[in-house]
Amino acid sequence: MSALAHVPTGQSAAAPPPSARRGRHRFLPYLLLLPGAAWLLLFFALPLVQLAAASLYDPSGSLSTGYALTFAFGNYPDALAAYWPQFVRSFGYAALALVLALLMGYPLAYAIAQKAGRWKNLLLVCVVAPMFTSFLVRTLAWKTILSDNGWFVGVLRDVHLLAPDGRLLATPFAVVLGLTYNFLPFLVLPLYASLERLDRRLLEAASDLYASPVRAFRRVTLPLSMPGLVAGTLLFFIPASGDYINAELLGTPNEYMIGNVIDSAFLVRLDYPQGAALSFLLMAAMLAVVFVYLRRAGTEEVL
Amino acid sequence: MSARFWRWLADRWVMAVALLVLGYLSLPIVVVAGLSFNRPSSRLSYDFHEFTLDNWRNPCATSDMCDAVVRSVQIGFLATAVSTVLGTLMAFALVRHRFRGRAGINVLIFLPMATPELVMGTSLLALFVAAGVPQGFWTIVIAHVMFCVSFVVVTVKARLAGMDSRLEEAAMDLYASEWQTFRRVTLPLVLPGIVAAALLAFSLSFDDFIITNFNAGTTVTFPMYVWGAAQRGIPPQVNVIGTAMFAIALLLVLASTLRGRRARRAALPVAPAVGGAARRRS
Repeated sequence: MSALAHVPTGQSAAAPPPSARRGRHRFLPYLLLLPGAAWLLLFFALPLVQLAAASLYDPSGSLSTGYALTFAFGNYPDALAAYWPQFVRSFGYAALALVLALLMGYPLAYAIAQKAGRWKNLLLVCVVAPMFTSFLVRTLAWKTILSDNGWFVGVLRDVHLLAPDGRLLATPFAVVLGLTYNFLPFLVLPLYASLERLDRRLLEAASDLYASPVRAFRRVTLPLSMPGLVAGTLLFFIPASGDYINAELLGTPNEYMIGNVIDSAFLVRLDYPQGAALSFLLMAAMLAVVFVYLRRAGTEEVL
Repeated sequence: MSARFWRWLADRWVMAVALLVLGYLSLPIVVVAGLSFNRPSSRLSYDFHEFTLDNWRNPCATSDMCDAVVRSVQIGFLATAVSTVLGTLMAFALVRHRFRGRAGINVLIFLPMATPELVMGTSLLALFVAAGVPQGFWTIVIAHVMFCVSFVVVTVKARLAGMDSRLEEAAMDLYASEWQTFRRVTLPLVLPGIVAAALLAFSLSFDDFIITNFNAGTTVTFPMYVWGAAQRGIPPQVNVIGTAMFAIALLLVLASTLRGRRARRAALPVAPAVGGAARRRS
């Protein structure tokens, strides 16, 4: 099919080459797609419909007595009224972590793409290396690093950045730090991919035309890295705002994010209508953020 | 002078920040490795107390942890096998064929990667409960295949799209049958992509917590075990597993890098034209 496009037209007067045989399968693509598409429809799309239904169940039902679908749209305002602080916190923590991640990730991606030379591959491996080991075990390691008896807290106390009885664990700081750490590679990799393609001669041209380094960065490097920047921030922000592992392991109930609430609605309180309504609100909020962001950033092709 | 000075500073400054950030990224791994040699002072303590080799000598001292690791590996293999086959077939259809409904299929593949895990996990739970399916080992496998397929499609697609289709045309012009062409030319060329996709799928499955948590019933995978143990006190052997995982993954990466380098070196003098063409496309 696509192969035909490469056949030089000058030779097509002769008998068609055997490679033209490829074009005859009309149903083959559908056969190839069928199992995978069926799986995704059955176990990704259909569950979303079921979740939507569950979010409209009569909230007076329970798992043991059964739920009735009464289109109780009131579940949504009720859930939001009860848990809006966790919603705000989720997006606040994720946004804060994103700012930190950008401050750290941009120089890192830039250095690997433009300055690392033959060390490029080694540094890239270092970026993904944290993902080689378990997410939860890594997050627990921060409990050791930020521990009240650890050297890090000790140093901060000695230089009076932290009160003698001050803590890092079980604070918003620890949760944001954990979020930043856990999702930083997702930001760095697409950013690296964009910056790697950056033609250095453009920067030389900018400086030959008397642009200061800051100006060259703002007018050349930054715009050219936009696709990676947009993809990276989304890949960072979506899992970070839906995460509840960091809040659970590094924080306290005062730091709980919306994920903690949804987890307990489904698995502890067994309040399915509320849990489903919160899940849908999370997805709607996320889609809104993504949509607005993509419009503002003006990049249609993200992935 | 000032322009050159600024550039000198910018060069050093960016690299210095980059190395600091890499340190931040690597610190937890160092800590995990260190803690795997720790004898904690109490069950709930996360601080380094005393050096010991005991954790490495009998990593299965807490037997339910090793059961959980074995279960995670089983689930990982099953989910990888199914999702790699399904995803590879889809990638072939998308790159090699023109058909109606392509846009819809692309959306169906993209959406699971953009949807929060929380939403996928809870919606599957809602479905299984509504359909009366008991949750356990198999519902975890179903869920893992679901979220791995998209990543397999994307990975294999990238490899297929970068492939020089003239090699296949050449085979067919030399009267190789379609099957022979696929078996002898296409498959060997795509295989690295498929292997990479399978490795990615396995690591996604092995490490998944959020979706598994909603669909596991009473089945315990390794991440689920760590989650539960975080409340009761973490056995130090968890860090042995974490360190071993890291070492295995690192070895795999090193091996593939070395193989790739050797293959490139070997290929060059024999078939410079083919190697050149392939590289130009990729």
